[in-house]
Amino acid sequence: MSTLTEAPPPLAPTEPARKPPRRRGRLVPYWLLLPGILWLIVFFALPMIYQASTSVQTGSLEEGYQVTWRFATYWDALSGYYPQFLRSVLYAGSATILCLVLGYPLAYLIAFRAGRWRNLIMILVIAPFFTSFLIRTLAWKTILADGGPVVGVLNTLHVLDVTSWLGMTQGDRVLATPLAVVTGLTYNFLPFMVLPLYTSLERIDPRLHEAANDLYARPVTTFRKVTFPLSMPGVVSGTLLTFIPAAGDYVNADLLGSTDTRMVGNVIQTQFLRVLDYPTAAALSFILMAAILVMVTLYIRRSGTEDLV
Amino acid sequence: MTNDTGGDVRLSGISKHYGSFTAVHPLDLTVPQGSFFALLGASGCGKTTTLRMIAGLEEPSGGTVHLGEQDVTVLPPYKRPVNTVFQSYALFPHLDIFENIAFGLRRRGIKSVKKQVDDMLDLVQLGEHARKKPHQLSGGQQQRVAVARALINHPRVLLLDEPLGALDLKLRRQMQLELKRIQTEVGITFVHVTHDQEEAMTMADTVAVMNAGRVEQLGSPSDLYENPRTTFVANFLGTSNFIAAEVDSTSGDDVVLKAGGGKLTLPAARCSAPATTGGKVLAGVRPEKISLTHADDAGGIPAGRNRISGRIAGSSFIGVSTQYVVDSPVCPEFEVYAQNVDRDERLVPGADVVLHWNPAHTFGLDAAQDIDAGIQEEAAS
Repeated sequence: MSTLTEAPPPLAPTEPARKPPRRRGRLVPYWLLLPGILWLIVFFALPMIYQASTSVQTGSLEEGYQVTWRFATYWDALSGYYPQFLRSVLYAGSATILCLVLGYPLAYLIAFRAGRWRNLIMILVIAPFFTSFLIRTLAWKTILADGGPVVGVLNTLHVLDVTSWLGMTQGDRVLATPLAVVTGLTYNFLPFMVLPLYTSLERIDPRLHEAANDLYARPVTTFRKVTFPLSMPGVVSGTLLTFIPAAGDYVNADLLGSTDTRMVGNVIQTQFLRVLDYPTAAALSFILMAAILVMVTLYIRRSGTEDLV
Repeated sequence: MTNDTGGDVRLSGISKHYGSFTAVHPLDLTVPQGSFFALLGASGCGKTTTLRMIAGLEEPSGGTVHLGEQDVTVLPPYKRPVNTVFQSYALFPHLDIFENIAFGLRRRGIKSVKKQVDDMLDLVQLGEHARKKPHQLSGGQQQRVAVARALINHPRVLLLDEPLGALDLKLRRQMQLELKRIQTEVGITFVHVTHDQEEAMTMADTVAVMNAGRVEQLGSPSDLYENPRTTFVANFLGTSNFIAAEVDSTSGDDVVLKAGGGKLTLPAARCSAPATTGGKVLAGVRPEKISLTHADDAGGIPAGRNRISGRIAGSSFIGVSTQYVVDSPVCPEFEVYAQNVDRDERLVPGADVVLHWNPAHTFGLDAAQDIDAGIQEEAAS
């Protein structure tokens, strides 16, 4: 009791001095948020509103566009360009699956087996980013060129017969076929798959593998029951980071594909920059966005990782 | 659970090297079926490596591991009838408590796990938490899940790797009793790795004290405490006072030592050093065996007791006993624990005292070893 009655005096003078900084401290997070919020308003919210209004305008470039709330543009865009939409989903989906198939073992290797080579392999994964996206995609034009070594090898191994049968290549060509576009997409988005996978694999306590082993799980079972479920956050974010930009991509289809491989990104680009039909282009953009949003929501629901992400 | 006697764990000449570093020197060890066996030592002494070699998580560089008659040296962990309670538990974070405990049963293809898991949840008193995720439980509860997850498989041997290390002191004491209760109940062999000597002594039937990749001494807790054979064991388990002495003569069952100006007697059976006249011996005695008498009353000390004079350098009252540090010519910091039965008010720092004890409580060690071995480690843990 005596210690309690003695304690307040030394504390009393510090009490009023401590209050003001606390109040200021409470506002600091909001001040720190301000630049980001401003950025989002100027470069995200405003353009979205502008695009939304563009999509319901009618008119022409010469006479000017007016908001007439013509929602039929959306229907026209969808019915006119649904093949490109489907193709976008198909190509981006294939590229995402390929990225997962190629990226998972790579991320696993870096996370658990690379030892002192870990940093080097990580650098190799990121290294392509030092070169421009366009240049890298153009390089694939050379790699997949008609009569080139890659086509030669694929031909000799009769791989092209299979892909032709699947409708992904035509005859002796790889360039200007769906296969080339999917290859380009896979290549360009692979790091976006590997990095989140690596991050979530690396976080797994290696003792969990030992515990599973100790509890009669063979290596394959350990992977199926422990490693893979625990890497689901990485699988989900990796597939999203690959699928979303790939679905809207137009560079790969433009450089490696043909008119038969046009994706919705190519259509939007043409509508905006060549045809100058802004309402249709804006409507296509919104349809793409909505479609991706729906697919992603369904996907996250299904993978049941809300509490893991 | 099983009554066949062929369930001993036998390590023969087992060793482990990492490059040029030897974690475990060739080691022979037999853990009898149904016993509670502790591997005690400071961190880095090779106790965990030894445990992991029994579990199959570490491949021995040499030697063999037998479970009963079966040579399991090259068997992968998932084929060994052995389960481990890991340090910091390694519970599967994506599975609930029920599925964590059922994991081993399911991997062995057992379909109806409900009853067994429920029984196990009851054994560790976690019935109402079955559908929670590990991170929703407290440290003590997680620890019990880890034990349940291993025990449900009825392993021949349960390995515990510092299972209580992450718990606070009070909970740790409670879990020690709990584990001991479980072990008595299920009768499975427990091999327990710990750096806490008190934990090892309270729980285990047999303790192996490890130091620098070797088993320093093996025995029952009381045997290790009363008859340490090295200074490491003497210091690591409790506290010991050492007097550097020289063998004066041998008479019958006793060895007479010369230390400073006086003589000390020691039973020959308790002297692990060669008792040749003129040979150097460390005479050890535990602090609680010593009586403290004020120098003025020295005449009242019965004859035949070992005695040493000194001056109290410090004392601390800790309730049941008072711990004195006595400065004596033969040992600069002699520790004495006196029960607070009849306190002598004259025993304060600065007082001249005589320390005396029954010669039977003296043990003799080879003087060629470091007197302070094992002290640093215990302070660090």
